[in-house]
Amino acid sequence: MSISTSRTGAVIRKELTEFRRNRLILITASVLPIVFLVSPTAQILSLKASALSTVLERRVETALFLPLLIPVFVPAILSAYAVVGEREQGTLEPVLTTPISRVEFLLGKATAIFVPAVGVAYLMFGVFVAITQFAAASPVATAVLHAPQLPAELVFIPLLAGWAIWVGLAISARATDTRVAQQLSILASLPPIALAALMSFQVISPTFELAAALAVGLLVIDSLACFAVARVFDRERLITGTKPTSGSYRVRGSQ
Amino acid sequence: MSTTSGPSSSPTRSPSPAPPSPAPAGPAAIEASHLTKTFGPRTAVADVSFTVARGEVFGFLGPNGAGKTTTVRILGTLIEPTAGSAVVADIPLSPATGAEIRQHISIMPEAPGLYRRLTVTENLDFFARLYGLRRREQRISQALAAVGLRDRAHDLAGSLSKGLRQRAALARSLLNDPAVMFLDEPTSGLDPVAAHEVHGLITALRDRGVTVFLTTHRLDEAERLCDRVAIMNTRLLTIGRPDELRQRLFSRSLAVITAAPLASPDQVFTGLPAVESWQTTTTDTTATPTAPLTPPANSPVGYLLTVTDPAQAAPAVTRALVAAGADVLSIAESRHTLEDVYLQLVDDTEGRTR
Repeated sequence: MSISTSRTGAVIRKELTEFRRNRLILITASVLPIVFLVSPTAQILSLKASALSTVLERRVETALFLPLLIPVFVPAILSAYAVVGEREQGTLEPVLTTPISRVEFLLGKATAIFVPAVGVAYLMFGVFVAITQFAAASPVATAVLHAPQLPAELVFIPLLAGWAIWVGLAISARATDTRVAQQLSILASLPPIALAALMSFQVISPTFELAAALAVGLLVIDSLACFAVARVFDRERLITGTKPTSGSYRVRGSQ
Repeated sequence: MSTTSGPSSSPTRSPSPAPPSPAPAGPAAIEASHLTKTFGPRTAVADVSFTVARGEVFGFLGPNGAGKTTTVRILGTLIEPTAGSAVVADIPLSPATGAEIRQHISIMPEAPGLYRRLTVTENLDFFARLYGLRRREQRISQALAAVGLRDRAHDLAGSLSKGLRQRAALARSLLNDPAVMFLDEPTSGLDPVAAHEVHGLITALRDRGVTVFLTTHRLDEAERLCDRVAIMNTRLLTIGRPDELRQRLFSRSLAVITAAPLASPDQVFTGLPAVESWQTTTTDTTATPTAPLTPPANSPVGYLLTVTDPAQAAPAVTRALVAAGADVLSIAESRHTLEDVYLQLVDDTEGRTR
């Protein structure tokens, strides 16, 4: 199956233009990242140089876990809207009358959400690390910089975003209401976050092997998800709102 | 009512409609054969077959829920038929040929479906890219010029009136220079001026040789624009040229108005050449005669004569009326509209299913 980069690119371009022009999307999508920047930064800056090592360790764990929520919640809301939202505003049918394939459409949608979501997550994470290095007490800053969660965070941000986007798109392709899609999408994004939380707070021993296995697992899921979601993306169901029925559909001249 | 009608007081409908006229000669743009679509237990389209010639404006009429949009969606490869087959733009309809067919056709759904936060040009550019068009700027400019929307090219789609949005959607449908255009209720919700503009655009498309498949509720629109029309109500009820359908379904008739009721209309009209039957009607010649009336004395009265040939019947009727001492106000051939045909057929099928 060939994928047209120009058609996929057209969807990306259109989506990003729409995001840029929709202030409400920008504002609501910015609130969570700002909360997840301000809260851990305040926690770290409030620590004194003489803080107990156990307190310091616990604060760093929490502070480094919160930015992981950005690549989950931000794309979950956007991707849940992606298909059902277009359907509700009547723009989906004209798009489906063009030669664009399901995979091209979904890939375009996913990329358009992935880029800003991961960009914002890295930006907030970078700002957090920079502030702590400049403004936190020296031992605290060192603890943040040498925390094992730091490199893991860099790996897991795009992987978690990928999971949230594909789950959101799958739900959006099947949902009949945007609000339901967004709620389901957030709920469906929780399992990998729960696992990450258990590791961050050392409920599950965060070994390198376990983290690597989780990362590889998410990478495989993210890579194959496009094709899996394309299977649940049914033109007929999306346009008519009813489940397609099988029949004796004949192809003239090529049976 | 027997006193007010002639030998045959049946309505003006012909006893049995003739079989559908054959498809026009020449290569076909659309061939649908026994298309059927069911949604669960509900049948939306049942065993529908027709052919649309290249360059033809083909009207697809029917009441709400008749299966018009479903048929368009099947032919536009948006949904699969439950049974039957079709060829669209020389390509057999199949799950594997969907993208190829969509490259050569365009569908304008009832709702314009424009991205409201994008400008008209940005909307068109997006679709031009989806069609993989080269020289996009030129194509967009041509499409906007065709619908008279060049001066609004950089306006946000959300700021346009409904009529202008409809025009922008039509421009979008023109982008890929389609062999077949499906227009689903293109004037739905438009004011008369905007609807008139869309009619002009459809006429221009016909002049350019584009095959137009037009679904509409507006029978005047179909009558004015379409070379042929099909009337369906889940099943295909009839197909043909509008004038052909009128003739097939209704007898020809003469509408006569006299200044006062005739003393003995039966004696005047019976036995005249080419006159088959008569009935008294309203004097409102624009209304479709349906039921015989008892006319008040000393006031104008109308008579509707079912005739085999109006040209032969009219002079004989005039002479007979003059001989009977009647003051004739008018004699004219009574015209049935496509609406009469439509109502007759749809009422018949709905009566049968009741």
